[in-house]
Amino acid sequence: MAMLKGVFGKLKRGLEKTRRGFVDGLRSMVTGRKLDDALIDDLEARLIQSDVGVQATRRLIERIRADYKAGKLKKGEDVLDHLKTELKAMWPEADRALAKATDGPTVILVTGVNGAGKTTSIAKLCATLRADGKSVLLGACDTFRAGAVRQLEIWADRLGVEIVRGQSGGDPAAVAFDAVNAGISRGVDVVILDTAGRLPTQNGLMDQLGKIARVAGKRIEGAPHETLLVVDATTGQNAVRQAEAFGQAAGVTGIFLAKLDGTAKGGVVIAIREATDIPVKYVGFGETPDDVEPFDPESFIDAMFALD
Amino acid sequence: MFDRLSDSFNGMFRKLSGKGQISEANVREAMEEVRTALLEADVHYDVVQSFCETVLEDAIGREVTKSLKPGQEMIGIVNERLVELLGGETQNPGIMAVSPGPTVIMMCGLQGSGKTTTCGKLAALLKKQGRKVTLVAADLQRPAAVDQLETVTQTVNQAVPKGAEAKFYGEHDKAKAYGEAVNVAVQVCKRGIDQARKDGADVAILDTAGRLHVNEELMGELRMVEKSTTPHHIFFVVDAMTGQDAVASAKAFNEKLKIDGVILTKLDSDARGGAALSVKEITGAPIRYIGVGEKIDAIETFHAERMAGRILGMGDVVSLVEKAQEEVTEEEAQKLQAKLARGEMDMNDFLKQLKTLRRMGPMKQLLGMLPGVGSAIKDLPIDEGQFDRVEAMINSMTAEERQSPKIIGPPRRRRIASGSGSEQQAVGGLVKQFDAINKISKQMAGMGAAGGMDAMRGLGAGGGMPDLGGMLRSKGSTKQVKRGVKKRKKKR
Repeated sequence: MAMLKGVFGKLKRGLEKTRRGFVDGLRSMVTGRKLDDALIDDLEARLIQSDVGVQATRRLIERIRADYKAGKLKKGEDVLDHLKTELKAMWPEADRALAKATDGPTVILVTGVNGAGKTTSIAKLCATLRADGKSVLLGACDTFRAGAVRQLEIWADRLGVEIVRGQSGGDPAAVAFDAVNAGISRGVDVVILDTAGRLPTQNGLMDQLGKIARVAGKRIEGAPHETLLVVDATTGQNAVRQAEAFGQAAGVTGIFLAKLDGTAKGGVVIAIREATDIPVKYVGFGETPDDVEPFDPESFIDAMFALD
Repeated sequence: MFDRLSDSFNGMFRKLSGKGQISEANVREAMEEVRTALLEADVHYDVVQSFCETVLEDAIGREVTKSLKPGQEMIGIVNERLVELLGGETQNPGIMAVSPGPTVIMMCGLQGSGKTTTCGKLAALLKKQGRKVTLVAADLQRPAAVDQLETVTQTVNQAVPKGAEAKFYGEHDKAKAYGEAVNVAVQVCKRGIDQARKDGADVAILDTAGRLHVNEELMGELRMVEKSTTPHHIFFVVDAMTGQDAVASAKAFNEKLKIDGVILTKLDSDARGGAALSVKEITGAPIRYIGVGEKIDAIETFHAERMAGRILGMGDVVSLVEKAQEEVTEEEAQKLQAKLARGEMDMNDFLKQLKTLRRMGPMKQLLGMLPGVGSAIKDLPIDEGQFDRVEAMINSMTAEERQSPKIIGPPRRRRIASGSGSEQQAVGGLVKQFDAINKISKQMAGMGAAGGMDAMRGLGAGGGMPDLGGMLRSKGSTKQVKRGVKKRKKKR
């Protein structure tokens, strides 16, 4: 319980940094109001403005409208509880933990489009794992972007973890192979592979991701055990395409929702969940490695409906 | 990029033009589709509301319902408004020249929007125009951002060898962790501009750190940079994939800095790019450039009409023609046309064409600019490797074979196949296709353009058309994709 409290406190602090006067906006929007069409329209607008997407919003709103017409929902507060229950049910507790290898290092492959925040998110993952007493080794497979390897190196230095790097312009799959090998021989608990940002339209690069994953699987049974897609919380509906495309190319097992410390609500994870079965595992909300939390639907939804 | 939005609009207009007489209710219904399309494209909710209201009013006011071609009239109105919302068709004045130099450009934006890459692209563009550029690394927050800009500068010089060498200014030792280097960037910028002045640079580009619009301290730093360097241009860099929040960040940056131009990045993604509309509406600042790829020269001037045309599925022929003009001289083009008309194109010409085409950019991007092709190819995996294989085959031919491919019989085919590492059928296919292209072009020349199109269509129906699609979806490439999928499935 104490841990949970700490978790919530941290997230809240992160949010407070950016949102002056954190109030439950939805609650204040619905409290004391009678449920009517106008309120339902307001709700619809709020969902759309949080990047929940047209399809998911329509489904949620239609359900509310039906329940309202059937007389099941009457007050503004009723609709809040209804919506929260509905949204929370989208992410069952069970699929939020990181997968573990049965034998040898657990391999986590980190993917995403350009500028999503992969490297910073990896630093956060490192910090969490280190706090759990796990030893970590990083594989710098982004051999494409200028400065990417150096960026990861600086983080590795700051966090005191080992790193395996390749040549700039070299084969990322070869770096992955070396990193996994190093992870085995040095007996680390977790190997995290950083990859270059790529767009779902770049077929060649998307195929390359599959190759990196296969190479890791050759050395350790079932690797990568976890393939995370880093999604920038400011992303719109293209994030759904990203989840689909990276899912197909590399078998994404979880979302790392980054940059939640701005004004973006990250509601697109609802659209992602609507279209795929990929769960959200972590949220990142700041620049320091400690600004990370396991995804908690309750506080996420609260924050989503907070007024700016 | 705007393909899906185009699809929605196309669907709506098809529906409208199918109806002989339409009512006001029909127009409203159609607008509902526009609304959905725009929301799905990530245009901000409020922007969508006001856009739809204006168009609806306009449509009803102009009595679209009584028009003979209501669909076309609606296209006209939506297009008109869309162009207007995107800033209208204004001339991009480019980067101003000042004397004494340098012209100072300040780049700003959120983390990961693509500032550093865009700095390089802008520098390459300016270098092509013969201007001397200094890139100043003012991002001291993100680890290795200074290194990245230094490397980018080298890339600019390698990619654009002509003109004065682009210079880099950075202070590696000043890099700090996030938030710890506040205001150091101001001094770095000043010294960078001083250095640029000493070097006689025409333009200095300041690459500032990405920051959140709600971070008061860092936004304050940006303002300090602006005050102490008085930039001639302040560009706000926005990721085309941004959602509803584009409005919030654009508004905050604009309030602090009075941005005078927007650069839209990552338009080579399949994002629908509605953020462009939102940002324009909020800031009032024109969208100047768009980033369209990984390469250093993948930057283009923004055109509202072309963009709106793209939205409406009308293609972007103008861009394509401009791209072609950059790569092919008039004389060359005429020579080739004459050869084509006589059906005398040889493998050397073909190889040259292929290489030129590929220099213009990825095939998918080029095809996407053709009217009507945009939406058709969005899910088509285009295997660029196929073009490599064709090049390899031609490279394995003798000079004689290249001049008259007809002489390629089974023994030669075997040799070419083994020389290029391809199948004999592939070589045979290439020769056949090549022959067919020559025949068609001769026919087309004989009939004039319109007749020629018919000839092509006829051939297509007969199944003998050597369509580009066939080249794109070769057996080999689909097999490879499928194989990968299977393996992954087995493993999981």
